[in-house]
Amino acid sequence: MRRAAGAVLPILVVVGVIIAIWYAAAWNMNRHWTLDQAERRGVEITATELFTDTMWQERPRLPAPHQVAIELWNTTAGEAMFRERRGELRPNPRSLFFHAFQTLAPTMLGFVIGTLAGMALAIAIVHNRAMDMSVMPWAIASQTIPILAIAPIVIVVLNAVGLVGLVPKSLISAYLSFFPVVVGMVKGLRSPGAMDLDLLRTYSASRAQTFWKLRLPASVPFLFASLKVGIAAALVGTIVAELPTGARFGLGARLLTGSYYGQTIQIWSALFMAAICAAILVSLLGLAERSTLKRMGLDR
Amino acid sequence: MFWGVNVLLASRSWPFARLLVPVIFGATLLILWQMIVVRFEISPVILPAPTDIAAAFMSNLPTLWVDFVQTIVRGALVGYVLGCGIAILAALAIDRSPFLQKGLLPVGNFIAALPIVGTAPILVMWYGFGPSSKVAVVVAMVFFPMLVNAVQGLKESDAIQRDLMHTYAASYWQTLLKLRLPTALPFLFNGLKICTTLALIGAIVAEFFGSPTVGMGFRIKIEVGRLAMDMVWAEIAVAALAGSGLYGLMALLERKLTFWHPSQRRG
Repeated sequence: MRRAAGAVLPILVVVGVIIAIWYAAAWNMNRHWTLDQAERRGVEITATELFTDTMWQERPRLPAPHQVAIELWNTTAGEAMFRERRGELRPNPRSLFFHAFQTLAPTMLGFVIGTLAGMALAIAIVHNRAMDMSVMPWAIASQTIPILAIAPIVIVVLNAVGLVGLVPKSLISAYLSFFPVVVGMVKGLRSPGAMDLDLLRTYSASRAQTFWKLRLPASVPFLFASLKVGIAAALVGTIVAELPTGARFGLGARLLTGSYYGQTIQIWSALFMAAICAAILVSLLGLAERSTLKRMGLDR
Repeated sequence: MFWGVNVLLASRSWPFARLLVPVIFGATLLILWQMIVVRFEISPVILPAPTDIAAAFMSNLPTLWVDFVQTIVRGALVGYVLGCGIAILAALAIDRSPFLQKGLLPVGNFIAALPIVGTAPILVMWYGFGPSSKVAVVVAMVFFPMLVNAVQGLKESDAIQRDLMHTYAASYWQTLLKLRLPTALPFLFNGLKICTTLALIGAIVAEFFGSPTVGMGFRIKIEVGRLAMDMVWAEIAVAALAGSGLYGLMALLERKLTFWHPSQRRG
C-alpha cells in the first residue's frame, strides 16, 4: 500500500503541474481575443471578467482543460451510440465512440497483419544467412522512409484501384507495426546463449526442436516489448491515413474537420480520445505480458 | 538467379559481401518492380515504373532541392537539434531529483505512445504556415522519446563505479562528464536514431495542414491532386535518401563513440 502510494504521488504531482501550466497557457493565449472584443465594444473589463472569459470561449486558441473534459463527456457519455434514422438504428456520427471504433478496427487488423509478417520474417532471418544479410538492411532502410508522410498517397492509390474502407488503412498500420516486431523478434530469437544451444545439441535436438523449445520461449519478453511499440505505431498510422482522403469518420477525420472549421475544442477532444485509446491498448498488452511471463516463470 | 548469387555470397565471408548482398537484393526488387509495371501495363497513375521516377527526379532537380531545403533543413533538422537538445538538458535536470523521475517517466512514456502528429493542425494554427510551425511539431514529436532514452541512459552506470568516482573526490560535473555521459551514450544514440525518422515525418505531415507554396509535404499534396505520381515518388525518394542519410550519420557516430559497447562487436 505504502509502495503504491509512493509510486502514485509523484505522477499526480507532475500531472497537476502540467494541468496548472495548461490553465496558465490557456489564459495567456486566449487573452488577446477577449481584450480585442472588449476594446471594440468600448468596455473596460476587470481582471476577473477577463479570466472567466478566457476559460469559456467558443473557439479558443487553446481550450482550457475543463472545456476539453466537458466536450469529451458530452460526445461519449452524453451521446447515444446509435440513433434512429429513416426507421433503422444507425451509428451516431456525433458519438466519439463511433469515431474511435472507426479508427480502432483498422488499427487492430493492421497490427495483427504486421505482427504475423514481422514474426515470419524474423524467423527466416534467424535461420537463413542470405535472408539476414539481404533483408535486414532493407528493413531498416524501409523505416527511414517517412511512410506516415506518404500514407495519404498510398490510400489515394489504393482507392483508385478499388480498395476502400478497412484494408488500405490497415495496410499502413501493418507497415508501421511490423518493423518493431522484426527487430525485437530477431533480438529475442538470438538471445539464447551458446551454453543453452550447446545443451540442446547434447540432447541431439533438431533445428525445429531448438526453435520451439528454446528460441521461441526465449523471445517472448522481447516480443511483448516490441508489441507495445508496434500497437502505438499502428494507431498513429491509422489516424494519419484518415487525414487526406476526406474521410468522414474516425479520429483522424475529427482532427481534420476540426482544423477546417476552427473547432479547437473538437480537435483537442479527438486528440485525447486517441491518447486514451493508445493507453488502453498498451496497458492491455502490458497485462497480457505480465500474465504470460508469470505462467512461463520469467516474471521478475 | 540473383537469390542464388546472394546465397553463395552470404555463405562465403568475403569482406565486400556485407555491402554487395543488400545491394543485389535491392537491385532485384527494382528490376522486379520495373518488370511488373511493364508486363501488366499498370497505369502510371497507380504505380510509376522506377525509370519514370528517375526521369522525374532528374528533370526536377531544382524544385526538389528547394523543397528539400524548406522541409528538411529549415524544418526537420532545426526541430531535431532543438528537440533532442532540450530533451537531454531536461533529462539532466530530472536526473538530480528521484521524485521528478518517478513522476515524469510514466507520464513521458505515456506521451511517447501518443499520436503527437495530431498536434500538427493546432501548432500550424498557432505558429502560422512558415517553417516555425514545422519546427514546433518536430520538437513536440522528438522530445519525449529522447527524454525517456536519456533518463534511462543516465541511470546506466553502476553504483560501484559511482562510488569509485566518489573516492576520487570527483565533483558532480566531473562524474557526469567522465563516467555517466559516456555510459549513457548507447541509450542517447538509440533515442537519436529513433528521432531521425520522427523528425522527417513531423515536418512533412505538418505541411499537409498548411505551408507556403514550397516544401515536400506541399509538393506531395499538390502532385497527388494532379495525378503526377512520378513526381510524388521522386519526393518520396528524396525523403528516403534524407532519412537514411541522417540515420546513417547517427549510426556512424555511434560506432565511432561507443566502440566499447557489446552491441558494436563484429562477430
